[in-house]
Order: sequence, then structure tokens, then C-alpha cells
Amino acid sequence: MIAIIDYGMGNLKSVFNAFKLAAPEADIKVTSNPTDIKNARHVVFPGQGAMPDCIRELDQRNLRASVIGAAETKPFLGICIGLQMLFDKSEEGNVAGLGLLNGTVKRFNNQNTKDENGHKLKIPHMGWNEVSQTNHHPLWRNINNHDRFYFVHSYYLESKDENIVSAETLYSQKFCCAVAKDNIFAVQFHPEKSSSAGLQLIKNFVQWSV
Amino acid sequence: MSLAKRIIPCLDVTDGRVVKGINFLDLKDAGDPVEIAKKYNEQGADELAFLDITASSDNRGLILHIIESVAKEVFIPLTVGGGVRTPEDVRNLLNAGADKVSINTSAIVNPDIVYQTSSRFGSQCIVVAIDAKLTVAGDKSFWQVFTHGGRNATGLDAIEWAEKMAALGAGELLITSMDRDGTKKGFDLELIKAISDKVDVPIIASGGVGDLQHLVDGVKIGGADAVLAASIFHFGEYTINEAKTFMKSNYIEIRQ
Repeated sequence: MIAIIDYGMGNLKSVFNAFKLAAPEADIKVTSNPTDIKNARHVVFPGQGAMPDCIRELDQRNLRASVIGAAETKPFLGICIGLQMLFDKSEEGNVAGLGLLNGTVKRFNNQNTKDENGHKLKIPHMGWNEVSQTNHHPLWRNINNHDRFYFVHSYYLESKDENIVSAETLYSQKFCCAVAKDNIFAVQFHPEKSSSAGLQLIKNFVQWSV
Repeated sequence: MSLAKRIIPCLDVTDGRVVKGINFLDLKDAGDPVEIAKKYNEQGADELAFLDITASSDNRGLILHIIESVAKEVFIPLTVGGGVRTPEDVRNLLNAGADKVSINTSAIVNPDIVYQTSSRFGSQCIVVAIDAKLTVAGDKSFWQVFTHGGRNATGLDAIEWAEKMAALGAGELLITSMDRDGTKKGFDLELIKAISDKVDVPIIASGGVGDLQHLVDGVKIGGADAVLAASIFHFGEYTINEAKTFMKSNYIEIRQ
């Protein structure tokens, strides 16, 4: 079973639909039940909205231990805030993350930053941007380097450990948009909204064994 | 800087069907929303916008079924607007599979809905749509916000309104020029630029696209982050791919 963790933040329909299409035979469950997460073969940790709210809702549902347990043991895919929460802390609301990986989540700074046409840099970073793969990983199989994925976020990860960076994206500055460590893979973009490249990544995740 | 500028075809939906017409007059059936959404997705649309123009409240629920069906087959962002009045409406659309919900008239009736919904569901899914028309008042002119599809004047200044909406939590603004809508004369670039310069959030330019140069101008002169068009795509004058090729030849980053 593939468990998509639901802790009450945002809509998981798109994630569910994308997994359903990428893995029609798999048993996919949107769940907030620790037993489901424990029994799952693969675990997906999505996230939307503000990180302090996400952490609070996660704790209110007593899911912190389940998420950490899954992230330590089985194929685990973090998406968007689901990536950010794996790290030490975030500037958003100055909140501590789960501390599974080393790094800080920071806000994009658009003071005096212009885009290529001389217009103000917009926040959130919203739209399709290039993902430059920095290492080989099973989740990049059949995905071209520099393929575009859909992003929407105002905060980005500043990793303290270069070895976990799996891809980078440029938005006024280079930032880490995918991390990989052991059984964890996490992305800042939304594979479930990234058309064929995103569906391929989801397919790769479903087939990934560690 | 490699973020692509987005091309967003807009589908007007009523009673479960996509319709096309000029200035909302002489509406003709243009087909099944799911089929049209799939077609635009295959052509490379970066996002899809659905505007529910259903007049009778009886058939308003149909849009939820349409979004549910589209979201099962099309994996790009879906924005849905038209008649969104309450946080419940927003929630129902998100649950059906919309990624963003656009709020227009109800934000003017009750600006707090923008704050409530963006703090509850996240700014990333709240788009505020602003319909503006150049208005002369005494010896000065300003872009005035209109509601109800351009029928009712509000007295509000569109630039100030845009700043207020962004401050209340809108993650994106959809700016339509009532002066240009349906004219095929191009976006009101001054309006788009005035708002784009003032706010931090992304701007979708809308209203008036008649040819591909207009899309380029919206980005290069207006500073839009995304361009929305209906008729040039619906009537088959251009495909999304042709629009992208043209934008690329004008040195605009696009997704291919």
C-alpha cells in the first residue's frame, strides 16, 4: 500500500489522482492513521500552506513519530512543505522542523531583484521552472535533465549538506529543489501538477525499492 | 532566471458545457470541458482557467463534476472562478480538484473572505480577479474596479485594490481590462504594468488578446507573469504551441 499522509493541510486529491494514474494497480490510501503509515510500502508526505500550521496540524494528529519512522525506514517522498518540514528549521514563523536533515528554510528576497525583462521578481515563485539534476538517482529515470516542473512557494531550502542535493533550480539565485538521502527523496516542486515529467517521477517513486 | 512565463487558456463554462461568444453575447456551444481541457493540455497549456458563467443557481454544482473529471486526466494547475461567494465554495472547488480558486465580486462585498480563505487554504490557491475600466472623474482618470461581469462600478481604484488584495493574502492577481475585453486590440499594458510594478505577487494579464504579439507585449511591456486568452485559442486562430513558439522567438522563457 502507498500511504499519502493527510494531516488536514490542503487538498490531496491531485496527489491521489496522479498516483492513481501513475500506478493503477497499487493500493493508494490518503490517510491520517499511524497504522496505515506503518504498514505502507511507500509513504508520501505532501504539504501546503504555511509551515508553522503544517507542523501544528501534524502534532495535533500525533503523526510526528509516524512520519519520522517512515522517513527512516522506507521509500519516502516529500512534496513542497513536505520537503521543508524534514529540515532543522524555517524562517516562516521561525518554527523548528522535524530535524531529519540539515538545513534551513528561508524566504526569497526580492528587494532590488529584477527579472530578465527588468520587472520586479515576484513572490511566490510560481510556475514552470527548470530542474537541473545534480546526481543520478532512480527517481530521475526517464526524466530529461532541465525538464520543467511546476513550483509554487515563497520559501526555499538552504541545505547545509551538499551531498543530499539532487537537483537545483534558478530563481534569482540557485536553490536546492530536490534532496535525496538513503530512502528519502523530497522535492520543492509539485510532481502531481507537472504533467508528464511529474507523472514519470511518481512512477519512478512507486517502483523504487531501497 | 529560467522561470517560464505561462500561457493560460480560459474556458467559459455554463450548464456543464464550454461556450464561446463575443462579450458574453451570442454564446455557442464549444464542446465538452474535459475534452477541451485535454486538448489544451496536449498542446502545452501551462495551466487552465475555468470561468463558471452559469446564471441559475440550480446548475452551479455542475462545475464541481467537471473539475473532478478534468483533474483525473489533466495534471497541470487548474484555476476555477465565477460565483465563488463563501469559504465553503472555495473548499468545495479545491476538494473537487481545483488548485486555485479565483474570487472577484465577493472580495468586494466582503474583502475578509480573501484573508479567511488564504489563511485557511494557503495563499497559493487564492487568486483575486480584478475587472478594471479606465474612468474619468473630473480632471483626472483612474482604473476603476467593476463587479458582476463589468456591470457595477465600485468607485475603487484598481491599483490600490490590487495592493490591498495582495496584502490580505491573494497569491496571484488576474487583471482584466474591461476596455479591452473582446476588442482584440491587446492588453491594457499600462494597467497591467501599473499593478505589476506595485505588487509582489504574480500577475495574470487578461482581456483583449487578438494576436500573438499581444501576448509578447503583455510579458515584455506589461510585466505579466502569465497571459490568459480565450478566443484566439477557442476559434482555432492559433494553437498554444504556436503562441509559445512566437514568444520564444521574442526571447521569452516558455515551457516546451
